This record gives sequence, C-alpha cells and structure tokens, in this order.
Amino acid sequence: MKARLFFAGLVCALLSAGPVLAADDGKRLEDGKYIDKNDEPTYNVKEDGTVDWYTYSGFRRYHSECHVCHGPDGLGSSYAPALLESMKPLGYGEFISVVAVGRERVTASQTSKMPGFGENVNVYCYMDDIYVYLMARADKAIPRGRPRKRDKKPKEATAYENECRDGK
Amino acid sequence: MKRILLATAVALGVAAGSTGFVQANDSVSQATANSSNWAIQTGDYANQRYSNLAQINSSNVKDLQVAWTFSTGVLRGHEGSPLVIGNTMYVHTPFPNNVFALDLENDGAIKWRYEPKQDPDTIPVMCCDTVNRGLAYADGMIFLHQADTTVVALDANTGKVVWSVKNGDPKKGETNTATVLPVKDKVIVGISGGEFGVRGHVTAYDMKTGKLAWRGWSMGPDSDTLMDPEKTVHLGKPVGKDSGTATWKGDQWKIGGGTTWGWFSYDAGTNLMYYGTGNPSTWNPTQRPGDNRWSMTIFARDVDTGVAKWVYQMTPHDEWDYDGINEMILADIEVAGKERKTLVHFDRNGFGYTLDRVSGELLVAEKFDPAVNWATHVDLKTGRPNVLPQYSTEHQGEDVNTTNICPAALGSKDQQPAAFSPKTKLFYVPTNHVCMDYEPFKVSYTAGQPYVGATLSMYPPKGESHMGNFIAWDAASGKIVWSNQERFSVWSGALATAGDIVFYGTLEGYLKAVDSRTGQELYKFKTPSGIIGNVMTYQHGGKQYVGILSGIGGWAGIGLAAGLTDPQAGLGAVGGYAALHNYTRLGGQLTVFAVP
Repeated sequence: MKARLFFAGLVCALLSAGPVLAADDGKRLEDGKYIDKNDEPTYNVKEDGTVDWYTYSGFRRYHSECHVCHGPDGLGSSYAPALLESMKPLGYGEFISVVAVGRERVTASQTSKMPGFGENVNVYCYMDDIYVYLMARADKAIPRGRPRKRDKKPKEATAYENECRDGK
Repeated sequence: MKRILLATAVALGVAAGSTGFVQANDSVSQATANSSNWAIQTGDYANQRYSNLAQINSSNVKDLQVAWTFSTGVLRGHEGSPLVIGNTMYVHTPFPNNVFALDLENDGAIKWRYEPKQDPDTIPVMCCDTVNRGLAYADGMIFLHQADTTVVALDANTGKVVWSVKNGDPKKGETNTATVLPVKDKVIVGISGGEFGVRGHVTAYDMKTGKLAWRGWSMGPDSDTLMDPEKTVHLGKPVGKDSGTATWKGDQWKIGGGTTWGWFSYDAGTNLMYYGTGNPSTWNPTQRPGDNRWSMTIFARDVDTGVAKWVYQMTPHDEWDYDGINEMILADIEVAGKERKTLVHFDRNGFGYTLDRVSGELLVAEKFDPAVNWATHVDLKTGRPNVLPQYSTEHQGEDVNTTNICPAALGSKDQQPAAFSPKTKLFYVPTNHVCMDYEPFKVSYTAGQPYVGATLSMYPPKGESHMGNFIAWDAASGKIVWSNQERFSVWSGALATAGDIVFYGTLEGYLKAVDSRTGQELYKFKTPSGIIGNVMTYQHGGKQYVGILSGIGGWAGIGLAAGLTDPQAGLGAVGGYAALHNYTRLGGQLTVFAVP
C-alpha cells in the first residue's frame, strides 16, 4: 500500500519535468496531462466539448469499477453516496488516500464500507483519470454520459499505463 | 387423513421444537401443500409462486387495506419475502441478515431474533447492494445463507443455532445473496461473486449436521463439474470429456465466474434440481475466447449425488453480462398438442425458454420483450442464438463502444421471479425495458477485487419512455398475451392466486393487483419505499393476508436511483430518464394487507 502511494507521488513529481504550456488560471499541459495551479491533475474541456484523454479514460474506469456502488455519472445510488457532492470537500490528496485504503461509516440504520483499491491495478493505475473525470462532473464542465469527443491518448499515458500495470 | 395428520404434526412440531419424526422432504412438501403457509421463498418446489387461497379475489381486491406493518430496522435493498409456518412469521433483512420470528397469535410480537455479527469487509465485495433473498424452512429449522457465506440452521422455535458452516471466502470476493433449497436430507446452496472472478458452484450440506455432501462446480474438470462425459447431455448429445475446461483458454476457467446466485427448483418425479449459472468473468469477451462452458447454463442435477443429468448453455461466450441465473419454473403444459413436463425460464438475454425438464430438449425460445435485438432468434436444434455483428461487443472489439444493445446488462428480466397460474396456464413476468452502450477493455485479475472490464450506460429503447413491463406469457407458443407498461423496471417477484389476480410491486413502492386474464389494474397502494421484494400470501385465523417487503436497493437502486443517461441531451432527466430517487427513498418495512 505504502509503495503504491509513494508511486503516485513519484508520477506527479516526474510530470513536472516535462515541457510546460501555461494558461491564465495557472492550468498547464505537462506530458499530455493537465495540471492546475496547485500542481494537481485537472480536466480540460474545449469549446466544442472535446475532453482531454484522462477525463475520457476516467469516465471509462469509473463506469467499470466505481458505478456498481456509486451509480452512473457519479450521481450516487441507494447504496453509496453521490461523488459529485463529495469531490470538492475531499480534495486530491484525500481522494487518492480513500481510494487506496478505503473507508467505513457506521450509523444506526446502516453500515457503509468502501474497500481499498491500492492493490487493484484496474483502479490504482487510473486514479488520476478517475479524479479528473469526477472533478469535471462536479464542476458541471461535462454533462452526463459518454464524452462525445476526446483528445488522442498521449504516449506518456500509454507508457505510464504499461509501467504501472506490469510493475504490479 | 394422513396428509392432514402430517400437516398438523408439522405445525405442532414447530411449536414444540421436536420434529425428528417428519422427514425433511415431507416437511417441506407438506408445509407448502397447505396454502395457509408460505413455507419456501418460491411458493413451492416448482417455483410457481401460486397460491390456492381465493378469499382475496378479483371482485373484492379493490377493498384491500393495510392490516399491520413491521419495520426491519435496516435501510437497504429488501429482496425475497417473509415465510409463514403455522402461527409464526419469519422475516429476514439485508446485511447484517437479522432474522425475526413474529408470533401471529400475539399481534406479531417478536418471539426470537437472530443477529449475526459479520465482517463489514463483506459489504464492498457484494457487487450490487447487500440484498438477501430470504430464508427457507425444513424439519423444524430455519435456514439462512448469510452475506459472508455462512450457512446457518436455526431452531424454528427458539432461534438457537443448530449448526453453521462456511461455504466460501469473502476475501476472494465470494459472498451470498440467494436463498437455499432444502430438499430430502440436504440443504443446497449457491454462491455470488461473478464480478470478482469467483468460480461458481452449488453445494449440498447434510440437513442435520451441516456436513458437506457434494459440490458441483460450474466449470472445471469432470470431477469438479460432476459430469459424466457420456451420460450428461447438452440438447441430447453427450457433453464429452472435461467439457468444463475444453472451451476455455488455459487456466481461465479457474476464475471463470458462472456463479449461482439465483433460485433453485426441484422435481420429485425426476429427482433433479434446476438452476442457472451466471456470467463468465471478465465482462471483456476478447480476453476469454471460447464458449466458456458452463457459464450461462441451465443445470439439471440429481439432488442425491449432484451429478448433472443435462445442461443447456443459453448464451455461449457471453458479451453482454446476461447471467443465466433466473428462476426455472416447472409446469406441465401442452406444447404443440402434446402434454409436456416443462421447465420455463425467462433469461436476462431476453428470450423466454421452454424445455422438456426430463430430457433437456429445447421446445420454445422466443423474445419476451419486443425490444430485444442482440440476436435475431435461437436455433432450436443447436440451441445457439444468432448474434448480430453490430451488437456483438466481441466483434466490435476492445475499446470500441457498441451502442443500442437491447437488453441492457441488467437483462430483460433479472432475478425477480415470475409466477405461473395453473388456472390460466399463463406466466406472469416482471420485466426490464432498458438498452445499453457497452465498451469492453482489458483488465487484470486480483483476488478479492472487482474483475469487470467494461463500461456501460443504460437508457430506455429508442423512442420510448417507460423502463418496465409486467407481462402475461404463453410458454407453449412463446407469445406475450398482455403487457402493462411501468415507468421503472419491475423488480418485484409476482404472485398469482386462485382468486384470479396477480400481485407485484413497483420501484416507486406500489403494491399492485391486476386481473390474471386481462391485466387490468384492480388495486394499488404506495408503501414507504421502493419494492424489490417478492409478494407472498398466507392465511391465519381463517383470514387471507398478502405481505410485501419495501426497501429500495439492489441493482435497480444502483442503476436507476439517479435516472438513466439520456443519450440525446444533457438537459436533465425527463420521462423515461426520470430519477427513481425523486419517487422513493431508502426503507425497510413489511406491509401486510387484508380485506376487512
């Protein structure tokens, strides 16, 4: 678990070494991934609705791994909370931590338990993807459903994916 | 006379807690033969969900009123139904799977309760809510198969644990949601976890001691699947050696899915139990070439030995998550001018199958929702569906979004059981009317972690706004006789009665009664939460009652709570895309009705 969290940190650090494309709000493109002024990953939606690769990838991963509890499009279900409402107060660091180690909530009427995905490469290797997708949904930057248009997959994304999955 | 004596003995036996003189098989048969009881989740061994009670009927059901209610104290999806044996009602809850024995002679006072302690780590490895489809009764004992796969036998009179046994390991993603089949001297149970790469099986335990008698796996070598290469047949032909590994690549069968989380039926005439197996793991078909036998299969096994007599694989090499676990209803009906001992099954894949339950011969396979489009038809000789390439997620390939597939992964019908009326010879089927986009992609297997590998979004069929139908089906001709539209999927088990009415619940929370011949709605009442439970009926003190559990949840609560994705616009949910959570909230209540 520890190694994985460290690995995530390492990836962020590595990204900042690439070429930089800065915007007014401090958002910049580094190695194919958008980074905000706080040096955290973020989404990008162009005027014609084209989303960046990671937002699209996050949509796919979310609807494979997360939606069976948290409902379609991050909207929640009778089983687990709507992530659109909990993303912002959560923040990037805590998001990564909760996904990696899980969380338990016990009330009088029910026990809720989210598992840790720190050992699951199908989730672990795509945590930033899922994060930026959910932030885009939370900010209402993209509508429900599958993003219509997307950027090409950056070669850095493929390289990271291969390294992360095989490195397991 | 002997029957009446035995029935009385059963009732007394429960009251006195001494039932050694009644054989297990007899105790269930006698208890279900007495219409005053609701002794098994499925109504009877044949899974007909039919009651001879007719005090509540098509002329007076309009006067139905709530007689009494009971809160279960748990806010989760409530599937299954209570049991009634003599003067006691047995109510179960979702996780943590509490059990209450209610004294019907004393205004429903709690006689005893059983509250198991289960590891909360079990919760997140249950793919789609912590539902449980209920208790079973035999030989003076109540049987519960908990979420954590503990099978427990409770003294029906005191609630004391008689024996308990562990059937699986939640750390590997093995859990349970199903009821059990008490038959002869055995209790037969299944297992869940198809989304975690669990290899499915059914297991028979000795009813008195809980000792393992046999286990039949869904896939694996013949010694695991309990198949005889020469004698076990698929549509009349011997299955051949190691058929449970022959259609898999390498060792993939070891994490092959085919879990057994549905219903079980039994025919004393053939001594066979009937059930279906679930999806092959993963949902990405490209990753697991071959027919993936015996996932998606109807099994007929000898209850004494577990040996499979016949099998029929409905959806070879699944590409859509069309689990084959729905109930197998045993009924004797006339097909093509000939009286047949049939098995009727409404599959997730949208086809209603009629088979000869003795030989396993396929007689009828027709779509029970006109929206079904992934296959044109099923070849009755080979049993194979004719899959259209544009809806084949394998043909379209990994990382391609295949669109407008009907039905969606939740199927034209899920586990919510249909009913059969011997009076009308019709089947009453709660259905889903939902389509999907499905995009498979590569995934890796980690024990105890989800092993899915597909993204999907769901919506009503093009140009339509309702997501469910409640239909009457003629299984001899394979035709819909009447069909009632519902705003949401119908996720509640139906009940047909000799009073010429059929009951079912809706996701908004309505209990409805309709005329069994016309489908005309005769009564409805809105209960506190959405209904995914099954309607049951019983008689006490000379009066007929109808009971239903409310408590939204399950796949329905997850998939529909927020409303479906509207592929046409992001302008907010309207009509068919309406969010279920605008109609109902979490709950956990039993509502019992009677005509005053």
